[in-house]
Amino acid sequence: MIKTDALIIGAGPTGLFTAHQLKIIGLSCEIVDNLDKVGGQCIELYPDKPIYDIPAIPECTGEELTNNLLNQLKPFDIGFHLGERVDELKKTNNEWEVKTNKGKIFLTPNVIIAGGVGSFEPRKFVPKECEKYEDKSLFYSVKNKKIFDGKTVSIFGGGDSALDWAVELSKNCKVNLIHRREEFRGAKSTVNKIYELQKDGKINLFTKYQLKSVTGNGKIDCIEIQSEDQKVESIKTDYVLGFFGLIMQLGPIANWGLNLDKKTVEVDTEKFETNQKGIYAVGDICNYPGKLKLILSGFHEGALAARACFALARPGQKYRFEFTTSSKTIRDRLGVKSD
Amino acid sequence: MPKITYVESNGNSHTVNVENGLSVMEGAVQNNIPGIDGDCGGGMACATCHVYVKDHWFDKLEKKTDGEEDMLDQAYEPKKNSRLSCQITITDDLEGLVVNMPEKQV
Repeated sequence: MIKTDALIIGAGPTGLFTAHQLKIIGLSCEIVDNLDKVGGQCIELYPDKPIYDIPAIPECTGEELTNNLLNQLKPFDIGFHLGERVDELKKTNNEWEVKTNKGKIFLTPNVIIAGGVGSFEPRKFVPKECEKYEDKSLFYSVKNKKIFDGKTVSIFGGGDSALDWAVELSKNCKVNLIHRREEFRGAKSTVNKIYELQKDGKINLFTKYQLKSVTGNGKIDCIEIQSEDQKVESIKTDYVLGFFGLIMQLGPIANWGLNLDKKTVEVDTEKFETNQKGIYAVGDICNYPGKLKLILSGFHEGALAARACFALARPGQKYRFEFTTSSKTIRDRLGVKSD
Repeated sequence: MPKITYVESNGNSHTVNVENGLSVMEGAVQNNIPGIDGDCGGGMACATCHVYVKDHWFDKLEKKTDGEEDMLDQAYEPKKNSRLSCQITITDDLEGLVVNMPEKQV
């Protein structure tokens, strides 16, 4: 069990700067994110796209912003728990017991949700029956490629993940690659490789097709794919892989008894606290009159939520406002020499 | 202000006036029309404003860019007449446009 003054859910720009604000005022914090890297939407959705409205930074990309925020956190000791999703939150004596999908448990008086528009999850297949084969003979990521050796694998998708796995698995399995249109969006060299492998008979290509149905008994035997002009093909297959990118789902946050409005969490504008004491929401996921979904708003919200955390993490102590330019205590925390 | 009609997958239809220059996605979000999320805010970075556009209207719209088509690969149940509604800008030429929404966005 990890004890901490505050737990931040989400390692996007708002989560990272909130961590900075907590550490500046002398609180400990841990950050959990479902993605395997920090940066949130900035990294997952638009790492190369320019952002023009970060104060004092005329132009930067999502990746540069993330790297700068990480640099700003360098002086501090912060526990990052990436590739983990917070599943459960429950109150035990005045503290929150927070459990992740990997079984890690945190005990903290303060939970700050900086979850953007929720957690990133793989986009799934449309046919309902796919669910019952999931993680058995139908996957949205590859954990152990050995299980496919000598088998027939049908891969759906047109991006790098689908193409890379088609190339890789064609070495030891029979591969069908199915995509909804003629064009692939993966790297050009990989696309060329796919056409070569098709010529050599190592990959069967089906373009303008999508999955129609899956049949089997416990495990998949056969799939039907349908073309735009309603032509149906039946393919014998042992495994199905789907690579349709990531979508954002509110996920378990919906079950924590918070007041929600669509996919956002209602907060006050003093502490950015939700209807549950000690649970705050900041950044894109929070909602209040006048809310702007800007990164700069997330920074402000995080700064205020961090101050609110102080009261619960240090009961009986009084929070004293200080500037980073003039406070010796803060400069000590930052590890800079005071004159 | 052109009239735009948004039809949910269950047949419920919403007709609103949307200002020229806004996108079809913004028209839906600003009028609280269910069925279009627009999670990324119009950056062509998600596929949660996905709509179907019937042939006669589809042909009148500006063509899809490669980026939009790439993003549609990640939409729920994409079809030949799929569009991202954030990429359709309202003009007077679109008076009476009807878009159909998929069963869900995520």
